[in-house]
Amino acid sequence: MRLGRLRYATGLALQEQLVEQRKASQVPDTLLLLEHDPVFTLGRNARQEHVLFPEETLRAQGYEVFEAGRGGDVTFHGPGQLVAYPILDLAPDRKDVHRYVRDLEEVMIRLCADYDVSARRVQGRTGCWVADEKIGAIGVRISRWVSSHGLAFNVATDLRAFGLIVPCGISDKGVTSLRKLLDREVAMSDVMGRLTTHFCAVFGHTLAA
Amino acid sequence: MTDVIMPQMGESIAEGTVTKWMKNVGDKVVRDEPLFEISTDKVDAEIPAPASGVLREIRVQPGQTVPINTVVGVIGAEGEAVVKPAAPTPAPAPPLASTVEPETVRMTAPDFAAPKPTPAPAPAAPSPTPAPPAPSAAPAPPASLASSAPPSPPPVAAVVLPSAPPPDPEKPRAEMTIDDLRQTRSSPVVRKIASEHGVDIREIPGTGVSGRVTKQDILGHIEGRPAAEPAPAAPAPAASTESAPAAPAASSEGAAPASFVPAFRPGERVEIVPMSPIRKKTAEHMTLSKRISAHVSTVWEIDMTRIDQLRKKYKQSYQDRHAVKLTYLPFIMKATVDALKAFPVLNSSVDGESIVYKKDVNLGMAVALDWGLIVPVVKGADEKNVLGLARAVIDLAERARTKKLKVDEIQGGTFTITNPGVFGNLFGTPIINQPQVAILGIGTIEKRPVVRDDAIAIRTMSYFCLTFDHRVVDGADADKFMGQVKQTLQEFDESGL
Repeated sequence: MRLGRLRYATGLALQEQLVEQRKASQVPDTLLLLEHDPVFTLGRNARQEHVLFPEETLRAQGYEVFEAGRGGDVTFHGPGQLVAYPILDLAPDRKDVHRYVRDLEEVMIRLCADYDVSARRVQGRTGCWVADEKIGAIGVRISRWVSSHGLAFNVATDLRAFGLIVPCGISDKGVTSLRKLLDREVAMSDVMGRLTTHFCAVFGHTLAA
Repeated sequence: MTDVIMPQMGESIAEGTVTKWMKNVGDKVVRDEPLFEISTDKVDAEIPAPASGVLREIRVQPGQTVPINTVVGVIGAEGEAVVKPAAPTPAPAPPLASTVEPETVRMTAPDFAAPKPTPAPAPAAPSPTPAPPAPSAAPAPPASLASSAPPSPPPVAAVVLPSAPPPDPEKPRAEMTIDDLRQTRSSPVVRKIASEHGVDIREIPGTGVSGRVTKQDILGHIEGRPAAEPAPAAPAPAASTESAPAAPAASSEGAAPASFVPAFRPGERVEIVPMSPIRKKTAEHMTLSKRISAHVSTVWEIDMTRIDQLRKKYKQSYQDRHAVKLTYLPFIMKATVDALKAFPVLNSSVDGESIVYKKDVNLGMAVALDWGLIVPVVKGADEKNVLGLARAVIDLAERARTKKLKVDEIQGGTFTITNPGVFGNLFGTPIINQPQVAILGIGTIEKRPVVRDDAIAIRTMSYFCLTFDHRVVDGADADKFMGQVKQTLQEFDESGL
């Protein structure tokens, strides 16, 4: 499901609704693809010191700040970043959160490969890495084995925003985007299509309309 | 009382961090509503309450990280707790609070399917016609029946150990662990004693039928434990009056062997170390397997001289061309796979009164690790040659040691090979890895004097021991199978190398 660009709060509400419906088996496994208005979000493990500026300062510059009930530390979402929220029922045969996270990484690694970008995992640092820079971040919530939140992949994100925080609490590594790596524009719709393909391949799903 | 435990959220996950409690001590909780949140790696998970009642205790505060299965809190029974139906199965409604508290099962391991739950055998059912307890509104069914309904576990343990039964969504299988059986099938008297003394029945080794805890067991346990521990006064309110009839207990007691030996005596110098999750699973799996299968072992002496020669001959080229260290194992696996093709009953499982023949050979390889035993599975072993098998073994063993196996790589085995010989053993009699029906143990491979053509020769020899399930495999099949393994190894066809 492609949703275009949303405010973070809207995305959050939509997810909550879908998670409840998924738990009740009213909807099938769903993949939400979207971009967010500029926002900083704090995961459950976020440390305030990783937000380098007071909330007011950030808000004054047009950024929203949210606490999100997902794993992970603080991160930035904004235009040019592909956000994927898989609402999947991991029961009965995928009940392994590590595996789920590794699978999300796999999707992003394959996505990078489509653009001849060689991405990899870094032991102990969840996400999708190109050399020493992170191109895709992961933060997940599981409620009764139904997943929400998911991954954020930098296609053409304004990377300067990451300078205002310590992304995911990792201070010694940078952040990158597809545009920066390729030095050209990449159509978001193209990336969304490819991500969907890889997602289905990795998770063994067929594409529903 | 129901313990709230740190669930295992994945195969490689050993601990979790409590991030938030949604309830305070003293709050009412309803089974399945979100109780607390945990976080592991980049994942947050909401954990539902395992039972209804009142949150009595929070033992692990937000921010603390504890190993899985640690008790993080305790839910106690509430005055007139309205118990919600336990499972989506059309089971009879559980009785209103009797001594069967809304105790639900903590974790069921989906991989260790117990045999079909012969629904609560007679002894536990209160039969001596006690008139149904008058005051209670619902026609309370016998406790044992109600509580044997398969619980619907919330986020549940993932798989740790060997071979899960093949995924079989059609058939609701009993997923009760020994602990669960103990808990759910102990007699009302035992449960009453347990609740009065604040004892967790699951902690007591049962000597009764199917591991049930008998009255003697529990009394012995209570006497045997350190006196310092005060018994929390926890009479099940409103219920104790109803659950009085002691009669039903008598029959289950009768079935118990008289001797119950406590693990240690008061005053004895001991150190008590809780089992790791993998240890617990192994213990459970092994005991269950012994109970399920009719184990018989047959030992064969096999001349490995030819394999030894082939190994030496090809070792260097395998190393140079494929970067693979050639051991005895892939040869043994190849011989085993060929024999399994010839005697498919060894590659089967038992499902009730049917034999399920597996069309693929997925060979489990027992790997001893510093922290326990794990059995990664070489999938499609029948489609691999010696090189392919060698590669698969090296890869799986390495990833087992570095804890990088995926869940599906330790599942779906159809036959297992174990190699105690590496520790110098002559031969052992392994326990079958359920739901398989046979396991091959390889003893040490060494040079021994043997008689060849009426002369004493020095040959490279080994004892192979096949343990098989006599429910479906007869001795003749087992020995024909072993005969073929022996022949293949002693006359190994070099052209496949």
